[in-house]
Amino acid sequence: MSNIDKATVAKIARLARIKIEDDKLEPLAGELNNILGWVEQLDEVNTDDIQPMSSVVNAKLRWRQDEVSDGDKQESVLKNAPNAEYGFFAVPKVIE
Amino acid sequence: MSNYRIQGATGDWEVVLGLEVHAQVVSNAKLFSGAATEFGAEPNAQVSLVDAAMPGMLPTINAECIRQAVRTGLALGAQINKFSVFDRKNYFYADLPQGYQISQFKHPIVGEGTVTLDLGEGRTKDVGVERIHLEQDAGKSMHDQHPQLTYVDLNRSGVALMEIVSKPDMRSPEEAGAYLTKLRTILRYIGTCDGNMEQGSMRADVNVSVRKPGDPLGTRCEIKNVNSIRFVRQAIEYEAQRQVDIIEAGGTIDQETRLFDPSKGETRSMRSKEEAHDYRYFPDPDLLPVEFDDAFVDAARESLPELPDDKKARFVEELGVSDYNAGVLVGEKESCDYFENLLSALAAKTGKDAKALAAKASNWVMGDLFGALNKASKSVSESPVSAKQGADLLALVEDGTISGRIAKDVFEIMFETGKDAEAIVEEKGLRQVSDTGEIEKIIDEVIAANPGQLEQYRAGKDKLIGFFVGQVMKATGGKANPGMVNQLLKPKLDG
Repeated sequence: MSNIDKATVAKIARLARIKIEDDKLEPLAGELNNILGWVEQLDEVNTDDIQPMSSVVNAKLRWRQDEVSDGDKQESVLKNAPNAEYGFFAVPKVIE
Repeated sequence: MSNYRIQGATGDWEVVLGLEVHAQVVSNAKLFSGAATEFGAEPNAQVSLVDAAMPGMLPTINAECIRQAVRTGLALGAQINKFSVFDRKNYFYADLPQGYQISQFKHPIVGEGTVTLDLGEGRTKDVGVERIHLEQDAGKSMHDQHPQLTYVDLNRSGVALMEIVSKPDMRSPEEAGAYLTKLRTILRYIGTCDGNMEQGSMRADVNVSVRKPGDPLGTRCEIKNVNSIRFVRQAIEYEAQRQVDIIEAGGTIDQETRLFDPSKGETRSMRSKEEAHDYRYFPDPDLLPVEFDDAFVDAARESLPELPDDKKARFVEELGVSDYNAGVLVGEKESCDYFENLLSALAAKTGKDAKALAAKASNWVMGDLFGALNKASKSVSESPVSAKQGADLLALVEDGTISGRIAKDVFEIMFETGKDAEAIVEEKGLRQVSDTGEIEKIIDEVIAANPGQLEQYRAGKDKLIGFFVGQVMKATGGKANPGMVNQLLKPKLDG
């Protein structure tokens, strides 16, 4: 049985850059526990020696040839950017 | 075994090093999109909507990138995994539009292999490769163009990288440098990475820890994105000393990511612990596993050229090139190509066996050519004298048209003007004098002009023969065939 506590919710939220008010952490922990508990019913099935299913259809990964067929669309790429300068995305300064 | 030790107050410390090398895969298009990979384009001009992570865009794998990773694995004698999986490595950064990097975590495309280091004087050491996986590069952030803003260019976003992870097998800055050097040489030979560290095509994360010899591994720090072999060595020296100082002062090492600052020659902490990365890897639902068959691997193997170690062994064993020369020539692909082209042209021109010419040719490339190139600050590929022209020059020495001494002068002119050797020899009248009569005449003159030396010689001062040879050469402007001079001079001196 999974056990997501308040601190875990806060951590996940921070990693996902989602702002969650403190008073919402507890209820969310409950909801997430419910969801995980529901999914965990699958643990009842014995999956020893069974390969993970990577697709619901019998398909193989499609490979493409090494050809330049895209790009040269700076304007489209920057179109939705809140700010762009000299062809660059311009974002608030990030320095590690 | 390395004897590199940090001398601390409590005794000697051993340094344990592992490298994660990011090598940009040589391909026309990106790993999952059809945008170009070429360096130096206008910002954001080589970006597809896939690379910009627009909603609904789906990645499609570039076959060439898979082939190149397999070729790299084969060149390192590594296990090739015919089944591998792409995962998402989740983190936020301004130059990572997807919010995750597509990488390989649990099932990399290449498993364990080996890199054999050349440590000079014939010493070698095997360093284990843990794995190689394929992943996307991020975009490029520029922090210094604007006071408040960071500029982001996504041209590099989505370009294929191979992350080549070594085992913690290295024990000195020298070994880490040799590892990077050898890896770079191999990748450049097989053409899977151009190895251009200035342009960022190859960069290393260096894991450093210290311990007392025989102790278990210490806590490591990772120095990120070091972009030259010299900096790798410097960063290790600084970081190892820093760790020893902390431990000996009673402190402990925090496992952390650090940055090397080349201008100060020091490493410093990059991220606070609170920011410690939790990547939450999971299989990318947009991509099925990568699968291929033995025929694909065999074809990749077939496509590999002769590898540097094999080539070096062949130069030494079959061609009689010295171990040192072979090592240096093989070290850079361009040097090696030049030498091989020169040798085959020389063999063709003289009709002699390559084996009889190789040692001489290698000496010429390493001495005359490299000397002139160094002086002119040029690389082999920029040489004003082509391999074919070099072969023509050496052929003139081989067939006795000019002496080795004159060849040096001719080469100097070739290097300056780019003209062919034969043209210079004709123009300047440098053809070697091999006419017995002519040489004898000069010898007679020289002997006649130096009665004192002749007397001393005949009185037993044998070494004076060198003086007479020198005089004859001088009188002919260096054009007399030295072998013939020696042969003709002695009987005349002896009377």
